[in-house]
Amino acid sequence: MSGPRTSDAVAPGAGSHPGSCCNIDDGGEPVVELERVSFGYDGRRPVLEDVTLRIARLDFVSVIGPNGGGKTTLLKLLLGLLEPDEGTVQVLGTTPVRARPRIGYMPQLAALDPSFPVQVVDVVLMGRLGVRSGLGRFDLNDRRAAVRALDRVGLAGLERRPFSALSGGQRQRVLLARALASDPELVLLDEPAASLDQKVEQTFFELLVELNQLSTVVLVSHDLGFVRSFVRTVICVHRRVHVHPTSALDGEAIRQLYDGDVRLVHHDQKL
Amino acid sequence: MEFLEALVRHQFLQNALLAGVLAGLACGVVGTFVVVRRITSIAGAIAHCVLAGLGMARWAQVRLGWTWADPMLGATGAAMVAALVIGLVSLRAKEREDTVIGALWAVGMAIGILFISRTPGYNEDLMSYLFGNVLLVRGVDLWMMAALDAVVVTLSLVLFTRLQAVCFDEEFARLRGLNVEVYFLLLLTMAAITVVLLVSVVGIVLVIALLTLPVAIAGQLTSSLRSMMMAAVGISMLCTTAGLAVSYGPDLPAGATTIMVAGMAYLMVIGLRRVLSR
Repeated sequence: MSGPRTSDAVAPGAGSHPGSCCNIDDGGEPVVELERVSFGYDGRRPVLEDVTLRIARLDFVSVIGPNGGGKTTLLKLLLGLLEPDEGTVQVLGTTPVRARPRIGYMPQLAALDPSFPVQVVDVVLMGRLGVRSGLGRFDLNDRRAAVRALDRVGLAGLERRPFSALSGGQRQRVLLARALASDPELVLLDEPAASLDQKVEQTFFELLVELNQLSTVVLVSHDLGFVRSFVRTVICVHRRVHVHPTSALDGEAIRQLYDGDVRLVHHDQKL
Repeated sequence: MEFLEALVRHQFLQNALLAGVLAGLACGVVGTFVVVRRITSIAGAIAHCVLAGLGMARWAQVRLGWTWADPMLGATGAAMVAALVIGLVSLRAKEREDTVIGALWAVGMAIGILFISRTPGYNEDLMSYLFGNVLLVRGVDLWMMAALDAVVVTLSLVLFTRLQAVCFDEEFARLRGLNVEVYFLLLLTMAAITVVLLVSVVGIVLVIALLTLPVAIAGQLTSSLRSMMMAAVGISMLCTTAGLAVSYGPDLPAGATTIMVAGMAYLMVIGLRRVLSR
């Protein structure tokens, strides 16, 4: 199909959100910077092609697009789990692998074994690995950080509960707490809304907005429903990448974006 | 009762009991990682490759006169090689993993059978390797078992939180800076050592059952990896001890009896939980 033209990720920043200067270089160091990045699995046709984008500090970004369009690939490039074939990826001013200790990552809940015998606090403590060096056990600082992270996501007091006994929404928040346990500057979330019902989803995103006070938030989603109420920047991924500030989602831009997405959603349903 | 009296009188029964307890320790600790990481089929392949090591060592002892070539040494070597081969294949070429597991499973056995067939005493050796003969465990074997136990238990305790993280969510562990490939290979090596310990108690064919059943029972009763592991250790020791005691009077094979005890215990726990949860 005829892919959309490459955008250089500079969109008009006229916004209703103060400080939502998402893609425009405001002089501060961008949190994420991709320069002409292409990637294909095993040298096949590229999943991502000629992607250039910047994400500013304290932005709230939603990455949307069809399944197989490259959303997860983009996320893996940011985490250094994949290396680009061409171009460069910089995260927090360094390589993704070096930036990892300062990134909080929340995977898809479905990727985990729901029956794994582990207590909530042990899951959250995994987020403290790599904070210190050495093989030793977790110390009091780590435990305090874990309890604090659980408190932040509204799960204080559930430390000793088995992870498998929690509801989907609670498990999701445990994984968020794990991502927060290392006090990350950048939080990446893969499909956080996938296993939540509407009411829980609302609460979860309010949590992310609060989190956004201190950290840059980037989430992958195929759901556009909440985009306009919470998110400041939308990155549309379908082999190539378009970046829109949500404040610019008016008139022509909305028509363009939603035209595209109506088509993409339709495409998903056929699969 | 008859068993207890005999236990006091016979050194070989004391050795058998101790062997069961020593094997139960590694079995509960490493079996827990094996079950939650879902690599029982890999452990099965390693177990069957152990026959190659046992056969080669026995052959070298009898035909070449290499008295140092203890079968247990051969078993450990073969288990390590199998673990590393499967581990590297699994890490490098994910899609062929099950083919390689199946191939090693069979080839390992074939090598063992060929060597054993060229060694006098063919039948007795093969039967005790396949189905175990814990009554033949010697004092020197017990020391070797204790040493192997010490290795896997120490590693598991020291690296517990890391192994737990790698088993629960490998990708996340990698992002937190853990070298997950190394931990995976380490886990397979520990599984290999545990398999060697268990082979002397229940034999190659029955290893998988003893590695998984006590853990499965423990999983029904506990909710954290740590408590599951401790429960699995206790249950493993109980199973090997009960198997030995039950088999002694009617002169049944101890290995098979142990597995039956473990299997029945598992069914009972599941049944009880069903009834209680109503």
